[in-house]
Amino acid sequence: MTAKKIEAQPQTKKAFPRRLIGEALVMLLFLLFMVPFFLVVINSSKTSAEIINSPVAWPANWSQLITNVTAIFTSPIVRYTSAFVDSLIITVLSLAVIAFFSAMCAWVLVRTKKRWSTAVFLLFVSAMVIPFQVVMFPLVQWFRIIGDTIRLPLLGTYHGIVFAYLGFGCSMTIFILHGFIKGVPLELEEAATIDGCGQARTFFNIVLPLLMPAFVTVLILNGIWIWNDYLLPLLVLGTSGGIKTIPLAVAAFAGAYVKQWDLILTSTLLAMVPIIVLFLFAQRYIIKGMVEGAIK
Amino acid sequence: MKRRGIVDFAFMLPCLLAFALVILVPFGLGIYYALTDWNGVRAEINFVGFRNFQSMFTEPQFVYSFLITLMYTAINVVFVNVVGFALALMVTSGLKLRNFYRAGFFVPNLIGGLVLGYIWQFIFNNVFVDISQTLGIAALSSSLLSNKDTVIWAMSFVNTWQYAGYIMMIYVAAIQSIPSSLIEAASVDGAGYFRRVRSILIPMAANAFTITIFLTLTTSFKQYDLNFALTNGGPAMRFMGRAIKSSQLLAMDIFSTANSRNLLAEAQAKAVVFFIVLVVFSLIQVTVNKRREVEA
Repeated sequence: MTAKKIEAQPQTKKAFPRRLIGEALVMLLFLLFMVPFFLVVINSSKTSAEIINSPVAWPANWSQLITNVTAIFTSPIVRYTSAFVDSLIITVLSLAVIAFFSAMCAWVLVRTKKRWSTAVFLLFVSAMVIPFQVVMFPLVQWFRIIGDTIRLPLLGTYHGIVFAYLGFGCSMTIFILHGFIKGVPLELEEAATIDGCGQARTFFNIVLPLLMPAFVTVLILNGIWIWNDYLLPLLVLGTSGGIKTIPLAVAAFAGAYVKQWDLILTSTLLAMVPIIVLFLFAQRYIIKGMVEGAIK
Repeated sequence: MKRRGIVDFAFMLPCLLAFALVILVPFGLGIYYALTDWNGVRAEINFVGFRNFQSMFTEPQFVYSFLITLMYTAINVVFVNVVGFALALMVTSGLKLRNFYRAGFFVPNLIGGLVLGYIWQFIFNNVFVDISQTLGIAALSSSLLSNKDTVIWAMSFVNTWQYAGYIMMIYVAAIQSIPSSLIEAASVDGAGYFRRVRSILIPMAANAFTITIFLTLTTSFKQYDLNFALTNGGPAMRFMGRAIKSSQLLAMDIFSTANSRNLLAEAQAKAVVFFIVLVVFSLIQVTVNKRREVEA
């Protein structure tokens, strides 16, 4: 006992400055990690000439930020307001459709103990390895064929892209919800059936409310993917159509105003603000959702 | 009983329909198109066998893209995991602001590769060059993005910055699930910090390594958005006697084969090869890692 105490003493003395150095080092690393965001903010508050003069200098006049933001909002190319609304519509609709229909499908697959239900589930899971690149060109061709056949265009429309997101998002969502529904006690559903609930009513009144914690994970994982996605909107919506998501708008803007960093950086700033604001409010859920999604 | 079957089917229909029309049919069509002379415009499609597969391996751009994608993936798997694990160790070592750091390191991952690509293009081409000119560092006086030997490393650097915080959170979850009694027992037995990391944390987190390496491998291999916004494939170089783009990863090569050169069938054949290579690599990685998990 005494021997241990003597040994422990020099360690605590040494540990104090070491702890302080550790804290300072991580702080420094953290600040380095944040430098890109800082650079975006200061350079969004400068004129093009000021940026060329020095990209690291403090802005001479912060009101330039407002001038730049106004330029983005009034630019006919980026149409930030309508891009924001389009992104919001597409993301919200896709999330609702993916979560709702995947839950219905996953529930049937869990509760049906047949060979075909296992096969369907495995089909969904194994499709998760298919990279977007293999299906993207045939998808566009195929969407054009379907659109022509049923006289309801899928390319360049909200319902077309939401349908595509349902197809791409349902595999992983069914996989996550399948795991969760397995943990929902069957007795609850049996009790509802005895009380006279039909199959559909049992699902909507009993099962669906119990899935809320899993929905948080599913909504966050799909939401971040859909909000930031560039290739699928590029292919399904195109660059010349009326509907444009934020990534499409930023790419169009950067392509049109080559090297006009004041405006390009301001457009990236505006693209980041909604996500960062959301993150500040829902930080705990977002981190938890993304980590759980990966581990499953 | 029959009614139950109808409800089951109705519940699964939306997902099955979207999945079939968005993934399965295009996937099947894609494999078929790869064996034809499909160009997206002409209605008549002729079967050409494996011609598209043979031609791609004599095409300098594809061969180089293939090699550079392998290199980029390998660099990323090492960088992202080493940095992610180091960050995880830092933010689990009892620092005062640990939750703040975790959130901060995680933020870059929420923003799309497209937006980050433009920001980092600005940083490499303007900020770094400006700083090195002020400080007189000759090595950085021209942008790392305009040198064919450094461009892949610059891209990996950005990818690591973006992705390490996400990987960190997965390691944090793994480290926190290790019983603290185990670590205390090792300390009492005289194990120093590095010894504890090597002999307890890493083996106990073996399961997390399988996930993180899989994630970094697949996302790096499929990288497109960041590649497009950061370098757009440039700078040009000579390879096998032809002028090619030195940072055009496979996903971008597939896209530009179809979009800029209008060779849809050739692009589709490349995509099929891309898919097969990705599946083979992921299977090898998961098998090797799972074997390690068992040994640990």
